[in-house]
Amino acid sequence: MTLLAILGVLSSAIFSGTSLLYATLGEIVDERAGIVNLGLEGVLLVGASTGFAVTSVTGNPYLGVLIAVLAGGLMNLILAYLVVTRKANQLASGLTLMFLGIGLSALIGKGFTGTRITGLPRFLLPGLSELPKVYTSLFKFDFLIFLVIPMAILIWWVLFRTRWGLSLRAVGENADTAYASGRNPFLIRYQALFIGGLLAGLGAAHLSIAFTMNWGEYMTGGRGFIAIALVIFSKWHPIRAIVGALLFSGAVAFQLLLQAAGVQISPFLLDMIPYIVTLIVLLIWGGTRRQSAPASLGRVYQGTE
Amino acid sequence: MTAAENTVRPSLLQNKAVRTMLRYTGMIIFALLLFGLILLLSGQDPIQSYKDIFTATFGSAYGFSEVIVAMIPMLITALAVALPSRVGLINVGGEGQLYIGAAFATWAALTFKDLPSWGLIPLMVLLAMIGGALWAFIPGYLKAIGLVNETITSLLLNSVAPKIVGFLIFGYWHSALDTVKTPNFVDAARLPAFFGTRIHLGLIFGLVLLAAFWAVMKYTRWGLEMRSIGGNAQAALRNGLPVKKYLVIVMCIGGAIAGLAGMVQVSGFYGVLLLNFSLSLGFMGFLICWLAGGEPLGILLMSFVVSVIFTGGNLLQLTRGIPFATINVLLAIALFVVLAQPTFSLTREKSK
Repeated sequence: MTLLAILGVLSSAIFSGTSLLYATLGEIVDERAGIVNLGLEGVLLVGASTGFAVTSVTGNPYLGVLIAVLAGGLMNLILAYLVVTRKANQLASGLTLMFLGIGLSALIGKGFTGTRITGLPRFLLPGLSELPKVYTSLFKFDFLIFLVIPMAILIWWVLFRTRWGLSLRAVGENADTAYASGRNPFLIRYQALFIGGLLAGLGAAHLSIAFTMNWGEYMTGGRGFIAIALVIFSKWHPIRAIVGALLFSGAVAFQLLLQAAGVQISPFLLDMIPYIVTLIVLLIWGGTRRQSAPASLGRVYQGTE
Repeated sequence: MTAAENTVRPSLLQNKAVRTMLRYTGMIIFALLLFGLILLLSGQDPIQSYKDIFTATFGSAYGFSEVIVAMIPMLITALAVALPSRVGLINVGGEGQLYIGAAFATWAALTFKDLPSWGLIPLMVLLAMIGGALWAFIPGYLKAIGLVNETITSLLLNSVAPKIVGFLIFGYWHSALDTVKTPNFVDAARLPAFFGTRIHLGLIFGLVLLAAFWAVMKYTRWGLEMRSIGGNAQAALRNGLPVKKYLVIVMCIGGAIAGLAGMVQVSGFYGVLLLNFSLSLGFMGFLICWLAGGEPLGILLMSFVVSVIFTGGNLLQLTRGIPFATINVLLAIALFVVLAQPTFSLTREKSK
């Protein structure tokens, strides 16, 4: 196998892993505030379809990204209204949000199946312009890819080094105590879900506007659930989420490499790798490390009457 | 319902069942209005669309039979959630259990082609239930020994199961013509259908399970013990109930029921094992169970309502050119409206 093929595989792994990392970061923010968002798949779909539709109509991919991000935030606000204000069950509300997203995105994307768009402009990694053209074309990335690792660091900084991040985590651990110490759990959970939705929207935008550059019904193909698995894998920590996304992208790359090398192994088996690894990691940590999960994850905060 | 008939009610409106019915009706009308607005915004005629949904489902005997056909797997997957919920377990793993059940049943259907129907069908049912139970055993056991939360593991396993099915179909079972499905099952491996419609024996499975669920919860010691574990596991443990055993066994039975739903779909509905055949039936069962508050009668009613929506949505796609997935919006809005009711809760969550 040539170096070129390996680099090509790496390049496509980076593209497919980026949207996943954004979505994972968004889910981490949600869950750190104590909300499980099982509707992530639907949020991604709505973000991807609106972003694609706007890009296709206006011809401006940046506007598409902006709208996708806002759409993600709005979808999560629906969930926030249900689980925070109306105190509905989080799992059922999340799954319902997923069905809403599947339906809405089909409706929004109806006229755009098969349309081509010019995606986000790609820039060459600095310092690589000396390379032959076949190589440089593999290392041209859009700004969302360049931003994804700094974004993970930013989210880490916000969650662990700012006052607001402390409040958010306090609400996720124990909303009653957080309330007693002068914080507003309702407001913080709304904020967390909105920001989580914006991040999911970024991931969705990257998926449809920068990576695939087309729209198809249910194009996310389970990415939302992979992201939810990666949140657990990364122990609700933004920096470890980078490792998780790398693992998944690595599995994808490995799969493509094996196919390129002519190894006969079923792609279905390789697709299982991220889930199985997450499951094994969960078992190895066992009971001892469970405190890494926000303590009141999934609980309804009743508030004080 | 017999209890309600025996006691004298002061007025119809104070009857809890009637009030619940009225509230549900109001919510459904609200959901219909909201979805109508969305249809209007997307350039469709909502009144005509609803008329289409109505005629497609209640307008003809065939349409109505299709509603029942769609209802069968939803009824069963909802029961697969309802039973574990009684001991406080949240079974979001129905989707995965359904796939594994279907795979086990398919193995029997493809291997023992020469068996007569009365031998093959029970074998498939048994294997499907074992398959689903095995898949549910993993999260149930891990929860019982206090290692990992059952929700997390079930969700992970949900994503793994369809890939196992894909691996089996793609690698071993696919037909000569098509790599995404198995050859058609032999007639002996098909559940018999009734009245010249597509309604099959799975309906009886579902109804029997529903009745059994109701009777076990109401009249047996097991039902009482399960309720007490669901109410307060600590207290149940102190009273000498084998809580861990119950958690594992009930989760496995839930999985077995979901596995049966998988068998019913491949043997009764498709007659072939397809890649990704479930279309979120497991999740749908979870939501139906929530809507129904885990009550047997409610499950029957809600799976019927959801089936009407889906069967109608199928027709909208054909006649109106609206993508089939759009019907998920109507379903989601209806669910949101119900979930937003403050009193609404399945297991009467208590702060522990």
